[in-house]
Amino acid sequence: MDWEIVVGLETHTQLLTESKIFSGASTAFGAEPNTQASAVDLALPGVLPVLNAKAVEFAVRLGLAIGATISPRSVFARKNYFYPDLPKGYQISQYELPVVQHGTLKIAVEGGEKTVRILRAHLEEDAGKSLHEDFKGLSGIDLNRAGTPLLEIVTEPDLRGAKEAVAYAKALHSLVRWIGICDGNMQEGSFRCDANVSVRRPGAPLGTRCEIKNLNSFRFMEQAIEYEARRQVELIEDGGTVVQETRLYDPDRNETRSMRSKEDAQDYRYFPDPDLLPLVINEAEIERIRALLPELPQAKRERFARDYGLAAYDAAQLTASRESADFFEDLVRASRAEPKTCANWQTGEFAAALNRDGLEVGHSPVGAEALGALLRRIADGTISGKIAKEVFEAMWRREAEGPGAADAIIEARGLEQISDTGAIEKMVDEVLAANARQVEDYRAGKEKAFNSLVGQVMKAAKGKANPGQVNAILKKKLGG
Amino acid sequence: MSLDLEQIRRIARLARIAVSDAEAADTAASLSGVLGLIGEMQAVDTTGIEPMAHALDAQVSSAQRLREDKAVEPDRRTAYQASAPAVQDGLYLVPRVVE
Amino acid sequence: MLNASLSEMSAALESRKISSVELTQLFLGRIAKLNGELNAFITADAPRALKDAAAADARRATGQSGPLLGIPVAHKDIFCTEGIRTTCGSKMLADFVSPYDAHVISRFGAAGAVLLGKTNMDEFAMGSSNESSYFGAVKNPWRRSAVPGGSSGGSAAAVAARMAPAATGTDTGGSIRQPASFTGVCGVKPTYGVVSRYGMIAFASSLDQGGPMGKGAADLAALLNVMAGFDARDSTSLDRPPEDYARDLERPVAGLRIGLPREYFGDGVDADVAARVQDAIRWFEGQGAKTVEITLPNTKLAVPVYYVLAPAEASSNLSRFDGVRYGHRAAEYADLYEMYCKSRAEGFGAEVKRRILVGTYVLSHGYYDAYYLQAQKIRRLIAGDFSDAFAQCDVIMGPVAPTTAYEAGAMSGDPVKMYLGDIFTIPASLAGLPGMSIPCGFDSKGLPVGLQAIGNYFSEARLLNVAHQYQKATDWHIRVPDAFPL
Repeated sequence: MDWEIVVGLETHTQLLTESKIFSGASTAFGAEPNTQASAVDLALPGVLPVLNAKAVEFAVRLGLAIGATISPRSVFARKNYFYPDLPKGYQISQYELPVVQHGTLKIAVEGGEKTVRILRAHLEEDAGKSLHEDFKGLSGIDLNRAGTPLLEIVTEPDLRGAKEAVAYAKALHSLVRWIGICDGNMQEGSFRCDANVSVRRPGAPLGTRCEIKNLNSFRFMEQAIEYEARRQVELIEDGGTVVQETRLYDPDRNETRSMRSKEDAQDYRYFPDPDLLPLVINEAEIERIRALLPELPQAKRERFARDYGLAAYDAAQLTASRESADFFEDLVRASRAEPKTCANWQTGEFAAALNRDGLEVGHSPVGAEALGALLRRIADGTISGKIAKEVFEAMWRREAEGPGAADAIIEARGLEQISDTGAIEKMVDEVLAANARQVEDYRAGKEKAFNSLVGQVMKAAKGKANPGQVNAILKKKLGG
Repeated sequence: MSLDLEQIRRIARLARIAVSDAEAADTAASLSGVLGLIGEMQAVDTTGIEPMAHALDAQVSSAQRLREDKAVEPDRRTAYQASAPAVQDGLYLVPRVVE
Repeated sequence: MLNASLSEMSAALESRKISSVELTQLFLGRIAKLNGELNAFITADAPRALKDAAAADARRATGQSGPLLGIPVAHKDIFCTEGIRTTCGSKMLADFVSPYDAHVISRFGAAGAVLLGKTNMDEFAMGSSNESSYFGAVKNPWRRSAVPGGSSGGSAAAVAARMAPAATGTDTGGSIRQPASFTGVCGVKPTYGVVSRYGMIAFASSLDQGGPMGKGAADLAALLNVMAGFDARDSTSLDRPPEDYARDLERPVAGLRIGLPREYFGDGVDADVAARVQDAIRWFEGQGAKTVEITLPNTKLAVPVYYVLAPAEASSNLSRFDGVRYGHRAAEYADLYEMYCKSRAEGFGAEVKRRILVGTYVLSHGYYDAYYLQAQKIRRLIAGDFSDAFAQCDVIMGPVAPTTAYEAGAMSGDPVKMYLGDIFTIPASLAGLPGMSIPCGFDSKGLPVGLQAIGNYFSEARLLNVAHQYQKATDWHIRVPDAFPL
């Protein structure tokens, strides 16, 4: 009998605020240790927290984007535990009353779409970092990250298997960047996932779960969940039972292992933080934030399919990020070409080039204006589609830049298409004269010979002859 | 209400306060006295009463004031670390943190 | 000058009869002479005080003036002061020098007051007798074998012995009012949220409130005018228009409705204390005030509620003292866990540890609802008692404490007995109401008795008015202990 893998994800997203959640220190990444740790972040005696308005706005933004309830009143609590990277000895977090509750996110799964329920999203502060190298057996504590705002987004155990978990994580990753609340940088820890994994027989109640930490890439997430599920299945099949615990994923060994240090009889002694009053968000504020929300991925996907007549797959690809979707609409405008042609170029040549160089849309050497100008040159017969690819590569290498790049390259390389009937006829005549054998074959009914003759003409024209004209003239001469 | 030594040790562990075996017995007695005092609350019927988390939440319509998102704090590491027991290269040093 | 009111001192400074430097030297001399005996100050920084005084004199020379310009003020060592150590009465912070000033300290600085020194206190403000300070007990100037009360006992003793014209204190469950009562000085705990807690080392955040201590109510009004005010760095600071706390000082008390809670005049109150308080109330009646008997039925629950909430908040507030970024760190330890446990066991005294452990226990898994949540619910009942009472009266009067100052050591070993001594001050703290202690006479041993006046929210000006009218007719507040003549 089969096993079903049940996964719930908890995602910590660092919010893109300028300052920390409870202090005016900068959140910029990569500063010298402890130079961005203010008195509040260091928990000096006597200091007090004051909540950052932007962090609240970002939480509401996410809540609206996932169709969730925004709590009119939510409460900050203290989660008490000792750790050197936690200066106050407690983390300010939301416990019983989070700011966002009960939303959903649609993800693409095999055979269609699936709605994942999001239980809650709550605001909290990040901890600092412990560094273990170079201190002769000691750890060095850097509190620059302490107090960085986090939005922890928690799903119901709705995901089935590693692939679905990754699909959800990717959709959420795209969404938080889309709505501009998180930069999504997984290397720098801006988007961190923990997975609660359990296994069960289909239809059976939920099994005992283990929480896996340290999933800092989508690949690791998939591997870790698969490993952990296998471990649990083997354990159960060997007659054992799964113990609820926190486990750390080790990507070097591709295994999860128990974190004993976290098991020190956790008792966080949550209670409402007396330094902070309840967070009250009224309807007017919610509507103000809603009005600022960009068109969301799903709405955009549907509009692209409908208004541009694109296939669902193309629409999904083009709306994978807000930058990509914006690029497409700019391209349609600039090229005045068929949206389908634009989509083919963007998901074809353009995407391949980005991929090859590991670039994001926003960092492409070829902008939508420039690419649009290139497509216009195809439409007006200046160049063929094939030559256009050559021009595109040259643009990518920055042989010329800006909206006039395509024209400049076409001119510099003399790539303008030959449409002079006389010139093409002359080339056709020469090819026919030199290839009597193929002419015979064609006339004997071998259609393939025609293609060969077209090829010869194009070769003679160095690819620049208008292919339609070549075809027409050849047909006329051979038929004549 | 009284606490046994095992409970005292558990609380002391959570609070990160070393309590010797000799102190534990005294602590148990003194905490039990305090718990006896606060036990007087147990008999009160508080059905339907909202907990009061802030001194003013009975009086003022209390809502959290928000701060504008501005990075305004200067780097004062040297001043802040002047009272630190152990620092190196700008980092606070502690015994090895075990993951 | 040592026994002058702040307005008299200010007038003398303004008329150049004395300079701030001279005035400051006068009090520094008094501190040098008496502190060895009374231990009211942990740190008296004479060079710093004289520098402040010289700056105040310079400001006055340029034509500036102000009620506190050039007046020396002592600060409870719970307020962070940049450049002067801030110990909170604890070994944990024995060498801690704050890199910033508390809001209250900045306000006094801006007003041109002279920072005279930092006063002794119960460790982390946890205590009612000032015996839990790491820097030694404070003596009551009226009887050196007795305690001065706590936790602002150093500030109270300093004012009582005229080592400072005025001082700041903090009150969580009575820590301004009770030592004021025990030492015959005046003190007000404002409405919660009126004085910023920024830079005031936290004991129990939902209760802590700073306030002034001085000889008379008019002095307190001048001090509160400086201390009070909105501070964006404290989320619980109230953004209200500034008010002049002296505006009502001269208002007559005729027609004042005084509520006398039945629970504040029952068994357990010393006969002398009850008699002096009754005398004072009779004086008000003589002036045309009306008394009305009221009831605060949940009074006896206030102490248990307080000893759940305050330790719970404290256990969390004091977690930051872990020996990592500042404060005491044990000399030897095997690992991180032991560093924490030993540093905290060594750095904290017995009472602080007791309260941290109680607080940890009541918040721990399985007990939260029965203790913490139940206490918060009863806290609302207690606040409700007051709101019912203020429908019938303008001000509530009663004793500050059931007794006068007791002998040092009398309560040690029995924390619960000491806790019960706060029964009349804790309720107003739980409700967030303003309250003050007004000297109203002496018991048969010659120890001061304090009359407590509790007002409705934001009625500080009214309380000060009531006290000021009484003090215009009495001299309890300007009497000086025989042992420390001027």
